[in-house]
Amino acid sequence: MYLKKNIKNMFLQPKRFILSFIFIAFSVSLSAQKYPVYNFETFTPMLGKQSDTTYVINFWATWCRPCVKEMPAFNNLQQEYKDNKIKIILVSLDFGNDLQSKIERFAQIHKIKSTIIILDDPDSNSWIDKVDSNWSGAIPATLIYNKNKRKFYEQSFTYEDLKSTVNQFIIK
Amino acid sequence: MKKIVFINLFILALFSQALGQGYVVGDKAENFKLKNVDGEYISLYNYTPAEKGAIVIFTCNHCPYAIAYEDRIIETDQKFRSKGYPVIAINPNDPELVPEDSFEKMQVRAREKSFPYPYLLDKTQEVYKMYGAKRTPHVYLLNKENGDFMVSYIGTIDDNYKDASAVEKQYLDDAVTALLNGDKPNPDFTKAIGCTIKDKNYKK
Repeated sequence: MYLKKNIKNMFLQPKRFILSFIFIAFSVSLSAQKYPVYNFETFTPMLGKQSDTTYVINFWATWCRPCVKEMPAFNNLQQEYKDNKIKIILVSLDFGNDLQSKIERFAQIHKIKSTIIILDDPDSNSWIDKVDSNWSGAIPATLIYNKNKRKFYEQSFTYEDLKSTVNQFIIK
Repeated sequence: MKKIVFINLFILALFSQALGQGYVVGDKAENFKLKNVDGEYISLYNYTPAEKGAIVIFTCNHCPYAIAYEDRIIETDQKFRSKGYPVIAINPNDPELVPEDSFEKMQVRAREKSFPYPYLLDKTQEVYKMYGAKRTPHVYLLNKENGDFMVSYIGTIDDNYKDASAVEKQYLDDAVTALLNGDKPNPDFTKAIGCTIKDKNYKK
């Protein structure tokens, strides 16, 4: 009965209908997730691209101190290598409430320009070895690869270390 | 031929010790003696509740994964202590690097949560290296065989750190239950995402 009345109103008051439509569309776009959320299956293609581009995939979380400490190194890399074939993907393993806003705040404070995605797949025993069999599961950890070379680093990077490591990969 | 294999195994064992790889399943766990939050020292081989074995868990105050598992560690201790497999929690972190993991803060946390198990500080950070722990939390399930504590399971507690109610595989619980039934844990090795152990000598 109520619905019927509403539909009737819709045609009687087209202006109101359009306004409410805009409002709904606006709120949908607001609630859209800024950082895409993956499970390991949907994330897997990012680990095996066969191209000239060197992928630097860093596993981190906002609360992980050594991860936060090495963020400037990835920022510098993004800045200094922007003309090279390089793609940095920061894979957040954060969990808990307000994930999107927590990461957004973090990205603003640390002025992060690289791509951030969220990997939400709590059965980590099932996928850690698929990233690299030498990975114990501790973060930070970084996978660097391109079509010719692939190496996994369970460690923190200074910018100097990161730069000299990435230089061994870059395909000109 | 057999001799060569044996010598190779021996060399391999020496190397893995030298490289600091720590224990693998089947190794004998050496004794440790560390200070508990109540001020008393606890040593593995003299710990009376460890009648059949022990559940040694490297964990800490500050790590979100460790915090997420606190209640489950308490439950594990409550379930298995009386059956001869008590939990012994060890904080491997250097408090100079993480002030929340200081001995005093450990005492506070143990009081707040009424930990039913000992919570020890690995002050010289030698014990976690001996075990080869890489992250918090990191579990080493030990089974007492002829007076020796043998490493029987290494890994994580279960398959869902963020939601205890969504757990499907209770790795640690299953492993202890297997030992209680006279079986070998299967799997006896699992991995999980965790916080690095905070050590000034950690590779940078």
